[in-house]
Amino acid sequence: MKTVSAQKKINWLQKKSSETRRLILQTVHHAGAGHIGGPLSVTDLLIALYFDVMNIKPDEPLWAERDRFVLSKGHSAIALYTVLALRGYFPVEELKTFDDIDSRLQAHPDMKLLPGLDMSTGSLGQGISAAVGMALGAKLKQQTFSTYCIIGDGESQEGQVWEAADVAAKYELDNLVVIMDYNKLQQFGWKGTEGREREIPIFSPEDRWAAFGWNVLAIDGHDVEQIIEACQQAKRVHGKPTVVIAHTVKGKGVSFMENNYTWHAKVPNAEELKAALEELDMGV
Amino acid sequence: MQLQLDKKVAMRDAFGETLLQFTKDDPRVYAVDGDLATSTRLDKVAEGNPAKFLQMGIAEQNMLGVASGLATVGLQPWVCTFAAFIVKRSLDQIAVTIAQPKLDVKMIGAYSGLLTGCTGKTHQGLEDIAIMRSLANMVVLAPADAVEVKKVMEFARDYHGPVYIRLARDPLPTLFAEETHTFTPGKGVKLIEGQDVTIISTGTQTGRAVQAANLLRAAGIQAGVLHLPSIKPIDVEAIVEAAERTGAVVATEEHSIYGGLGSAVAEVLVEHKPVPMTRVGVRDLNSESGPNDALLKKYQIAVEDIVRGAKEVLQRKEKENV
Ligand SMILES: Cc1ncc(C[n+]2csc(CCOP(=O)(O)OP(=O)(O)O)c2C)c(N)n1
Repeated sequence: MKTVSAQKKINWLQKKSSETRRLILQTVHHAGAGHIGGPLSVTDLLIALYFDVMNIKPDEPLWAERDRFVLSKGHSAIALYTVLALRGYFPVEELKTFDDIDSRLQAHPDMKLLPGLDMSTGSLGQGISAAVGMALGAKLKQQTFSTYCIIGDGESQEGQVWEAADVAAKYELDNLVVIMDYNKLQQFGWKGTEGREREIPIFSPEDRWAAFGWNVLAIDGHDVEQIIEACQQAKRVHGKPTVVIAHTVKGKGVSFMENNYTWHAKVPNAEELKAALEELDMGV
Repeated sequence: MQLQLDKKVAMRDAFGETLLQFTKDDPRVYAVDGDLATSTRLDKVAEGNPAKFLQMGIAEQNMLGVASGLATVGLQPWVCTFAAFIVKRSLDQIAVTIAQPKLDVKMIGAYSGLLTGCTGKTHQGLEDIAIMRSLANMVVLAPADAVEVKKVMEFARDYHGPVYIRLARDPLPTLFAEETHTFTPGKGVKLIEGQDVTIISTGTQTGRAVQAANLLRAAGIQAGVLHLPSIKPIDVEAIVEAAERTGAVVATEEHSIYGGLGSAVAEVLVEHKPVPMTRVGVRDLNSESGPNDALLKKYQIAVEDIVRGAKEVLQRKEKENV
């Protein structure tokens, strides 16, 4: 039985997700550039992490004991920026500078420009290695923070992801949680065989990670309650890293974008933006 | 400067011993291995201070990424593998997660150049200077002997940011005295004063440059030797001064002629003081395995090749002066 206050928290987080999705669409439309599908897919994961799971101090972004976060699928930067802004790292107004010259909000995350970013990413497959380094560093320095890293399913075609998986298991990094945004689409990908246009032919990520010696959890990646619960479960595991296979929908929240690979990095025009926002308003 | 041909010490031994000491003295310093510790001498750390030794396996891309993560939490990883692998297999990783964010990672390219113990072209590092000096924020250093290896490492430890250090496999003649030699980034070391021509060299080739200068002297040509252990930043002042004084320059390196020291020197001369110049480095040739002397000779970076290069630029200088 869920308490009233727990249900309230979930409702509140869902509202934050809707707000984030609205801002993502508006910002990309305003900038005239950016990714859409991946950011909408990863929104609930970021909301759960930044508004509940992670131990952070937005007014002290370089606090040494903070939990670390790496967005390995760096092309979803606009989702991360929006969540950081809503969490108080910088003014929401600044989102208007996204992708612009001199902006701190680069197309892909630049840790030198924006406090609150723990790693620069954008070239796929690399962020997870840095996250392994952070988790390993915490162990070496006997610090107690956790490291979280979100990777894409398409991104996981990079061999480096599995190099990192191997080393994280060898060093028993139980302070590392990798979340795979398993939306089953990438940029162009493979032609689908069962009606799902261009679906990723990845064979059971759950089995793969288990074979690498990881603690594996599978959840609905749009259910913030499940995301939070998975991260709590990861904390109770000792001696191995945890991967959360978050089953998600690319373009989540906007019906004509959902599961449609062509919205990977398409900018909505004024009409499409209006339709999308109306739909989001009807939601939570 | 006294070239001690008989007193040969391997850079890699100096490297391993110095790094072991660093790991003992400095809590930040860790050794990161790509399963080559017995070759690179990182095994000295593995044996002498095992808590400071991190094995990443034969997975270079991840190794450089992990190093970036370690640096973000205040540690100073020293990543070491063969020059051929550290640079070429992990270039994008170095660019995105180390160079662009200017993280405090030290990268050591052991077994650089042509002389990699009869291993042939897959293991030779002939492009590392060219590639690394093209990266933002990267400091590129190539010491000439075991003494200088230690000096360069001391600088790298105290400097915050990415540094690439190029080492060689085999024992090398001693050029410098531990007590008096100093290293300053962006500064060259004038080894021999000359009036006719200046040989500008880096890394392992500096010992050969000194031998070439001695041969030239015996033939009545006053050749100077300017050693540049710091390729990026480079000593513009010393290069221009040498060009002004001698009016002819030979740049030599155990590296491809494309993009390495020769290119860097040529860039400086073109912008400040164009004089007749030639490059003595590995030409656009596919190399092979073989004994040291044979490799140096066939790929035209032996002492005689430097002598030949010096004579050639001298002729061009004289022609221009007529
Ligand atoms: C190394 C590398 N190769 C290619 C790209 C271009 N790229 C950006 S996003 C993307 C697809 C990523 O798919 P996925 O990881 O599944 O992310 P999502 O579907 O959640 O957007 C590609 C190919 C890149 N950024 N880096």
